[in-house]
Amino acid sequence: MPSGGRVRLMDAATIRKAVSRIAHEILEKNRSLKNLALVGIQTRGAPLARRIAERLGAMEGRVPPTGIVDINLYRDDLSRIGYHPVLRRTDIPFDLEGKCIVLVDDVLYTGRTVRAALAALVDLGRPERIQLAVLVDRGHRELPIRADFVGKNVPTAASDMVEVRLAETDGEDEVLLVAPPARRGTRPRGGSK
Amino acid sequence: MKLRSRHLLGIAALEPDEIFLILDTAEGFAEVSTREIKKVPTLRGKTVVNFFVEPSTRTRSSFELAEKRLSADSLNFSPGASSFVKGETLLDTARNLDAMAPDYIVLRHSEAGAPHFLARHCRSSIINAGDGSHEHPTQALLDAFTMRQRKGHLAGLRVAIVGDILHSRVARSNILLLNRVGARVTVCGPPTLLPIEVERMGCAVTHWIDEALQGADVVMMLRVQLERMQSGFFPTLREYARLYGLDARRLKLAAPDAIVMHPGPMNRGIEIMGDVADGGSSVILEQVTNGVAVRMAVLYLLAGGTEGEATA
Repeated sequence: MPSGGRVRLMDAATIRKAVSRIAHEILEKNRSLKNLALVGIQTRGAPLARRIAERLGAMEGRVPPTGIVDINLYRDDLSRIGYHPVLRRTDIPFDLEGKCIVLVDDVLYTGRTVRAALAALVDLGRPERIQLAVLVDRGHRELPIRADFVGKNVPTAASDMVEVRLAETDGEDEVLLVAPPARRGTRPRGGSK
Repeated sequence: MKLRSRHLLGIAALEPDEIFLILDTAEGFAEVSTREIKKVPTLRGKTVVNFFVEPSTRTRSSFELAEKRLSADSLNFSPGASSFVKGETLLDTARNLDAMAPDYIVLRHSEAGAPHFLARHCRSSIINAGDGSHEHPTQALLDAFTMRQRKGHLAGLRVAIVGDILHSRVARSNILLLNRVGARVTVCGPPTLLPIEVERMGCAVTHWIDEALQGADVVMMLRVQLERMQSGFFPTLREYARLYGLDARRLKLAAPDAIVMHPGPMNRGIEIMGDVADGGSSVILEQVTNGVAVRMAVLYLLAGGTEGEATA
């Protein structure tokens, strides 16, 4: 992709289909919603978790509980970064003990966010198992982590950025692949991964 | 964004956006203290020296708890147990501490400017936990956090600070902070206990508590230090209590939903009466709880190295 270019990978309709497919796959894999709960990773994992939960509710007549986890306290790069991400709320309004937790994030990239989220979750209780659902898997893993449910697999260059925009946080639904203008040492920051 | 300095020496050096960054970050940390396992690994491997040259129980325990909940290793260093009493200068002590390479030094000292001095000679991040009658920034931050939690905002709040303003680092840091975020401060105390030209700090001044309380959203009572009576700043405790003590009858002059604060430790029956201290308007214990969250936020925001970017 030319530098500075933007490509739309998903629009509102494809995001809706992906969420719906993930919900079906969760149900297929776990058979029942009993003991199932979803936990979204701040920021954009949270609305995605709620959307999947609502979809599951429409299919099964019962909306599974959802929570939010903030991973900033569990980062492995705190002393290396100058920029401190603002700490957001961790809010898990149910007992993790014995639950099957579906962890939800927007983009799976290096796997470090997921590692931090796993550490955060086990500090809060002992779930029976944890599964991972992501809207986009863009590759370039740095840790042995894989997703159980993937909305879309996207081959990317390490310098690309995948920007997920959701109605709840950004006003509209879309996923963009952004190739930054040629610049040295560019790594993604904040909401784009 | 991040804090511009790697030290927290006083409110005077903070911009409003930095104050709000600390308060917003503290919101996230308040949750950690409500968990069953009240510990996160954020500052694992970092060392904090709590260097308290002046006695303090509350502030030191609050910092210690904040450090422990963030998984930092802490070392307490107080004058009774140190070579400070053996005549070592502050600079030599500081250099010795620095040679042990802690990541933070939390300093409480009876001399104004001691943390600023340390900051010039140490590689660690210095956090001022109270220097003489100069500043006590984390106290002002936790007070602001508590006000915002109760009132929803800081701008436009009418805050009355009553008592020994002259010797109070809590008052000074609070005035500086509240002015920066657009609150309106009135200070009140006997003329002998108000600094000369205190109005130049940007606050209203009165010697009459009834006037200060009129319509106040927040009433902050300061501790009277009993040794001030011996040095002749006011004649008797009885007179002080009558003229400047807060009781339920006086509190009625404030706004109906006013909150009452005190940095502790309280002299019941002198600057604050039991009916107010234990009444529904008192947020004194919330201040203590919030202190831990605010100090966790400060330690978190001062962590971290060179300007770079976050990857996750």
